[in-house]
Amino acid sequence: MTRTVLSALVSHWRRNPLQLFTLLAGLALATALWSGVQAINAEARASYDAAAATLGEGRYDQLTRADGGAIAVADYVALRRAGWLVSPVVEGRIGDVRVVGIDPLTAPGGLGPVSLADGADMTAFLSGPGQVFGRADALAALGDVAANRVEAPEVAPGTVLTDIAVAQRLLGADGIDRLIVDPVQPMSRGPLDDIVPGLIRQVAQGGSDVGRLTDSFHLNLTAFGLLSFAVGIFIVNGAIGLAFEQRRATVRTMRALGVPLGRLIAAMVAELTVLALVAGAVGVGLGYLIAAALLPDVAATLRGLYGADVGGTLAIRPSWWLSGLAISVGGTAIAAAGALWRLARMPLLAAGQARAWAMAAGRGRLVQGAAAVALLLLAAALAAWGEGLVAGFGLLAALLIGAALALPLVLGVVLALGARASSGALSQWFWADTRQQLPGLSLALMALLLAMAANVGVSTMVSSFRLTFTGFLDQRLASELYVTTADADQARAFVDFATPRTRAILPLMSVDRAIAGLPAQVFAARDDATYRDNWQFLSSVPGVWDVLAAGDGALVNEQLSRRAGLALGDAVAVADGLTLPVVGVFGDYGNPIGQVIVTEPTFRAAYPDVTPLRFGLRVGPEEIETLRADLRAFGLSDAAVIDQAGIKAFSLSVFDRTFTVTTALNVLTLAVAGFAILMSLLTLAALRVPQLAPVWALGLTRAALGRLELARAVLLALLTAALALPLGLGLAWVLLAVVNVEAFGWKLPMFLFPWDYARLFLFAVLAAAIAALWPARRLSRTPPAALLKVFSNER
Amino acid sequence: MNVKAILLALLLPLTAHAQGFAGLGVAAGDFAQPQPGVAFDFPADHGAHPDYRIEWWYLTANLTGPDGTPYGLQWTLFRSALAPRDGTGWDTPQLWMGHAAVTTPDAHYVAERLARGGIGQAGVTAAPFDAWIDDWRMWGEDFDDLTMTASGADFAYDMDLTARGPLVLHGAEGYSVKSGEGQASYYYSQPFFDIAGTLTLPSGAVAVTGTAWLDREWSSQPLSDAQTGWDWFSLSFDTGDKLMGFRVREGAVEGFTYASWIEADGTITPFEDGAFTAEPLREVEVAGRQVPVDWRVRLPDRGVDVTVRAINPGAWMDVSVPYWEGPVTVEGTHDGRGYLEMTGYE
Repeated sequence: MTRTVLSALVSHWRRNPLQLFTLLAGLALATALWSGVQAINAEARASYDAAAATLGEGRYDQLTRADGGAIAVADYVALRRAGWLVSPVVEGRIGDVRVVGIDPLTAPGGLGPVSLADGADMTAFLSGPGQVFGRADALAALGDVAANRVEAPEVAPGTVLTDIAVAQRLLGADGIDRLIVDPVQPMSRGPLDDIVPGLIRQVAQGGSDVGRLTDSFHLNLTAFGLLSFAVGIFIVNGAIGLAFEQRRATVRTMRALGVPLGRLIAAMVAELTVLALVAGAVGVGLGYLIAAALLPDVAATLRGLYGADVGGTLAIRPSWWLSGLAISVGGTAIAAAGALWRLARMPLLAAGQARAWAMAAGRGRLVQGAAAVALLLLAAALAAWGEGLVAGFGLLAALLIGAALALPLVLGVVLALGARASSGALSQWFWADTRQQLPGLSLALMALLLAMAANVGVSTMVSSFRLTFTGFLDQRLASELYVTTADADQARAFVDFATPRTRAILPLMSVDRAIAGLPAQVFAARDDATYRDNWQFLSSVPGVWDVLAAGDGALVNEQLSRRAGLALGDAVAVADGLTLPVVGVFGDYGNPIGQVIVTEPTFRAAYPDVTPLRFGLRVGPEEIETLRADLRAFGLSDAAVIDQAGIKAFSLSVFDRTFTVTTALNVLTLAVAGFAILMSLLTLAALRVPQLAPVWALGLTRAALGRLELARAVLLALLTAALALPLGLGLAWVLLAVVNVEAFGWKLPMFLFPWDYARLFLFAVLAAAIAALWPARRLSRTPPAALLKVFSNER
Repeated sequence: MNVKAILLALLLPLTAHAQGFAGLGVAAGDFAQPQPGVAFDFPADHGAHPDYRIEWWYLTANLTGPDGTPYGLQWTLFRSALAPRDGTGWDTPQLWMGHAAVTTPDAHYVAERLARGGIGQAGVTAAPFDAWIDDWRMWGEDFDDLTMTASGADFAYDMDLTARGPLVLHGAEGYSVKSGEGQASYYYSQPFFDIAGTLTLPSGAVAVTGTAWLDREWSSQPLSDAQTGWDWFSLSFDTGDKLMGFRVREGAVEGFTYASWIEADGTITPFEDGAFTAEPLREVEVAGRQVPVDWRVRLPDRGVDVTVRAINPGAWMDVSVPYWEGPVTVEGTHDGRGYLEMTGYE
């Protein structure tokens, strides 16, 4: 009998291949979205890790000159000969490409892709013209250099890695920018200050400035992954639920013929498991393709497919397959549980009547409404009183699920209002019919809501992030050029040389100092329009720059303000015996330690031994090149002169990579939501013929019915998108102001991007309209005979 | 011998697999080649020979602590050239590698250092003699009176060396043949050092005294490409005589052998291929491979038939190109102690 039952169940799919396709495709797409985001996340993390590994940041302690100058080779050798296992790094830019030169003989193991253990060809790396490792685009952007290029996907984007000798040759530098301290040191070695005075040891930490920012960004990407998963689950749920509804007639017949309920349910579970596994497998593969298409690195993809598990590349791992299949089967199970439950409880011969179904859904509406209200209240409570990262994510989940559950209710109310306001038979029928369809479409609409909200949220988050970061760069790198001089003599000569050639020279001076028991730096700021024009404060007293210039106050960064509990007016000890009130708090994104700024005379009086060796130069944009040439003539190498525009362009190119991925994901989630709508409409189409036939018989043409069908989809999408906008903004707010503060201790300001939202809005409506186009067209082509049959088969 | 060339295989990684052990079988190319009949020029030849591909300063010592505990000590500086020229700056093609080790009966401490020439981080000058890499150093006014230091994460030592005999030149006046095909190196030793100093171990400082053996060798292609490793013995007998012998293996086949018999006054007698034999008696698993740690060593021409046993079978040098190197005891027709080096055990 089992065989007969199964064959009867399968026959349904044979008769409805389209439905089988939609079910499989829906499941596969949901899985693909989940897997794709997972892969992109993993790849993004690997990229950042590669960046960190390439730069040696975060993992190792570093030595740099206190005055910011280059470390002489003689000092490096002196340290080595005193037993300090340190390794030199030279860094600079050629065009937009960051060039990092290392010494593979002394670098702590596994620094970047040129690790000794990997069997890289050291002879080629160290001799002749040398080798430059990097991704294809970075190598191409490098231009003509006298070294062999080797493609290495493990190197961070926009960066090339080479031997220190080659890097110095390419950059025209002869000093060392920093020394990496090997974590394993010999038993005996002298104190650092006795060997080479004037070096600062920066302790390894979770991340550098850039690392902190990308960590924050990564956390937000993870949140995006969760959202995609939620969207996917809604789609799976819709697909399964609707497929079940359609087979009620078959089930009724089989049960009437004597098939026991248990066996029937077991057969359906088996059938669904097979379908879920097939769709899941397709989905994982599809997700991999999505990720591969979104990531420029095709080489990495291929390597992953061929099983070589290379760090930092996209690899299909067993865990990935398992999680993809688990999502597919799990989602199917969640969706089918409800359907099977209803199947088990349904009266034996209950017909698959659409209205009956809608009424049944109506009974669940109360429960759903109560759950939605409870979740939204929980979200509000978490926003008000929650603490910690878990609370932040809990808030996110409660807000989204609550909003999704509330959607059909809100739409129902809006449609009821519409119906009340309408006059005329046709429009009243239109509103009523739309409400009638709401239960069948609600899952698809929830998916659209979540997709749209996620897109608004993530766009806002990413764009706010970008604006903040560029604003931050503008603020912290306000000068056009930055110059590092080698020693006090050169610094004096430089100031004399540069003064007539620039609008202003801003000396950069700082000392390390513990403030309120926390590591911090005290900086000097010259009273100059550069600061007044560019700096923005989170909070400040009126006329803050005048107060600062008078030496009557100090500025602190947000981190120090939060950690040490320093508010405006609180006293901060900027030097031994000198305490000043806080007059301003500024955003200092990514900086792991505290910072205090006092005016230059105050700083010089408190720290007379500190000589400025670094300077910011203010010149008109058209004079930059001339000044650079002059500085070269003066004797400063290109590496000693940093171009603010270059740094900014470099940072932005890193962001743009991420934007490409985000935009693609936006389009993808909307497409999936559109697909959900298409599926729902297609499945509903057959059920609706009995309802449409009377309207047709009353004189409405099939073409008019099709147009109304399209209008209905657009109306529902419009309403949903309108609701998604505030939800998405709420989501962005939670990500920026709650999750970020809990995770990193600083708040990202939120900016609004109305044009982006308008475009997203348009896309969402467009997706719904395109999805509705085919069902509407099919409706307008329904053979009159099919409509007439409704009356002959009157149930 | 002392084909003690654990060379910077990492510097010649591609060839390391195809061409004998550690790339030592690579053709010499533009590098200078050892020639027979060339007299050494001291002290200049104590310094570096950048025209040759590889070179080393290799010291091993048998030490005794105040309680009679035997210790072994190693201090080695290798030079490997990517091209036959010297210079200054980061792109100098001279690369340096240091290995230091201390062996106790139940522990073995190892450290490795790498550096490039041209910037002062590592190098050798002949007079006054100074060989260094990082904080490791062997130096003195002349070659007979040296001070030596090295340190790792878990050990350090500080030693004084005094030569009690002359330099000995192996092979034909220092021209040492390494294979039947004529591969050769320049090779001399100072096997008569007295040594005293302090070992710093995790358990504390230990004052030690003993004897040390310094090998000097340079070449451009010391092995033929079929030779895959060697077993090298430097044995000091209680009679005052010393025996240096090695066999170069070609795969599993016992290959080329050579021995120098050194009398207490420094008189040396070379023994060509076949006179010296070394036969493994017992293998143990060390670092995942089978390594012979007990040997029967014979030189019938001098009535030598002895059993050589590792003091610590676990004396594995876990460095870029791993090998076994440690102190041994000698029993049989002659009693004594010495050092054993084994390379190419995969």
